[in-house]
Amino acid sequence: MYTLSNRLRLFSVILMVVGFVGLIIGFAQRPGSIEEVKERMAAHDAHGGGHGEAAVQAEGHHGGEHADDAHGGDAHYEHVLHQLQNKPWAALYVAAFFFFMIALGVLAFYAIQFASQAGWSPVLFRVMEAITAYLVPGGIILFVILALSGFHVNHLFVWADPEVVAHDELIQGKTSWLNSWGFIIRAAIFLGGWLLYRHFAVKYSRKQDEDAEGNKWYKKSFKISAGFLVFFIYTESMMSWDWIMSFDPHWFSTLFGWYVFASLFVSGITTIALITIYLKSKGYMEFVNNSHIHDLAKFMFGISIFWTYLWFSQFMLIWYSNIPEEVTYFITRIEDYRLPFFGMLVMNFIFPLLVLMNSDFKRVNWFVVMAGIVILCGHYIDVYNMVMPATVGESWFIGISEISAVLLFLGLFLFVVFRALTKAPLLAKGNPYLEESKHFHY
Amino acid sequence: MASKVIHALYTDDDVLMDAVKRVRAEHYHIEEVFCPFPVHGLDKAMGIPHTRLAITSFMYGCVGLTVAILMMNYIMIEDWPQNIGGKPSFSYIENMPAFVPIMFELTVFFAAHLMVITFYMRSRLWPFKKAENPDVRTTDDHFLMEVDAGNHDVNKLTSLLGDTGAVEIKVIDKEEDNH
Repeated sequence: MYTLSNRLRLFSVILMVVGFVGLIIGFAQRPGSIEEVKERMAAHDAHGGGHGEAAVQAEGHHGGEHADDAHGGDAHYEHVLHQLQNKPWAALYVAAFFFFMIALGVLAFYAIQFASQAGWSPVLFRVMEAITAYLVPGGIILFVILALSGFHVNHLFVWADPEVVAHDELIQGKTSWLNSWGFIIRAAIFLGGWLLYRHFAVKYSRKQDEDAEGNKWYKKSFKISAGFLVFFIYTESMMSWDWIMSFDPHWFSTLFGWYVFASLFVSGITTIALITIYLKSKGYMEFVNNSHIHDLAKFMFGISIFWTYLWFSQFMLIWYSNIPEEVTYFITRIEDYRLPFFGMLVMNFIFPLLVLMNSDFKRVNWFVVMAGIVILCGHYIDVYNMVMPATVGESWFIGISEISAVLLFLGLFLFVVFRALTKAPLLAKGNPYLEESKHFHY
Repeated sequence: MASKVIHALYTDDDVLMDAVKRVRAEHYHIEEVFCPFPVHGLDKAMGIPHTRLAITSFMYGCVGLTVAILMMNYIMIEDWPQNIGGKPSFSYIENMPAFVPIMFELTVFFAAHLMVITFYMRSRLWPFKKAENPDVRTTDDHFLMEVDAGNHDVNKLTSLLGDTGAVEIKVIDKEEDNH
């Protein structure tokens, strides 16, 4: 049995408190009026930034109404005001989604292990189950944020603003899907289905430990896992349209669901590897050998390449065809987000490619940890790049809100996951493939 | 000079793996193992040094990538620049996304083909080469372990091999090494 050390508990609580306080400061520092924005930008420009002009032609994202309004006067400052008011919300959203997607990726990975009757992985099942425990609090928090955004309490989703929709024919054509109630009902169905599977999968896994006779519970796990995967691949795709793609409601990409899936899958697998290595370093999980770590690292490597493949497939077609309503998506990112946009490619593709290519390195724990941390940061930036351009536009910077939101959810994630680890023995001893997994050797 | 080798035949890869470990633990020298299919971990169990094929593959991949870049740069940029889809080909880096599929394909092409050819050369395989396996059943459902008898006691060795689950044991007088 794993016991949560006081140091780790304290560490996660401190992270949560610091993050929470930081977020409150972030929200409190939002400019309240155009005058404040002018003051701040004057101070900023004094530091030497040709920031003002670049921003002037960058509306369009918040619907047509800005373009129709007078360009002169305060229109630009009002635009920046809205972006800065959005910023803490967007930072909260990115962090909430990022940690939720880690748990969701692990849930999908866990289901695949059952559905494919994998023999190598059962020794890791308890780690996976513990990570998916975060789906409950993470999902509830995300649902609250989505509900607030969907009903236009904040301005994250432009399609949720009736004024914008009234002037925007493209969004009008999509209102049968993109409307507040539909949005929130779908979110409830997605989250409900995932949590339901999570609940029963963990329950059956624990029951199988108590009563391995005839593998009754294992067979049930197999069945619900196969069913869940079918449900998941549809709902995950729709979730990605709703929760991410709809930030840019004019834009669409048919492989977006896969793209987000690759991101959450690789983040989830990386987290499994990191937590397993951590537990091993603390003297737990002696039954995990370096072949298991090797296999996880192979997945990290492979899914990173898969992510790049999807990223490039999406990018190249849009870049080549150069259709205005599609290509604006990448133009904004390349012009206003050059560093995070290309930096993420280095972190998510080139770095894992070179570091994890060698077979021997995949067995060296500190190599896997180093690559894993870079991959996780890279995928945080990936989510950041998907959310921020449409919500804060060119007014982005990594400030107190972004860092605090990450700390808050990191603290919550660590607290929930490691507390869940204490709930059951670290070895799923009833699993019929356990012996094969213990002797897994490559 | 004739040398004595012992051929032990097995019918299961797990039994074979245990036998290899056991024979090695007793400090006998295993010359070669013939299998109808690749057995995972057999190379490690036999103590064969790690293959360097992966390193050659990486280098071939780099060659392929370089060839692709130079080739596309010559064809599309230097020799005959065209204006395709409003993207005039005056700069390689600006048109790079369009060349990525070719760069990827040639990397894979070079790595794969040259690696296979290297593997053939390293294994001394070429067209019309006479097969080296000592027993045709190793192409069907039997595994054959060839142990060097050397100066060891042949009877002791064969009884050890019998204990490891060999279904058939033959002592062979081998003429001067033919491979």
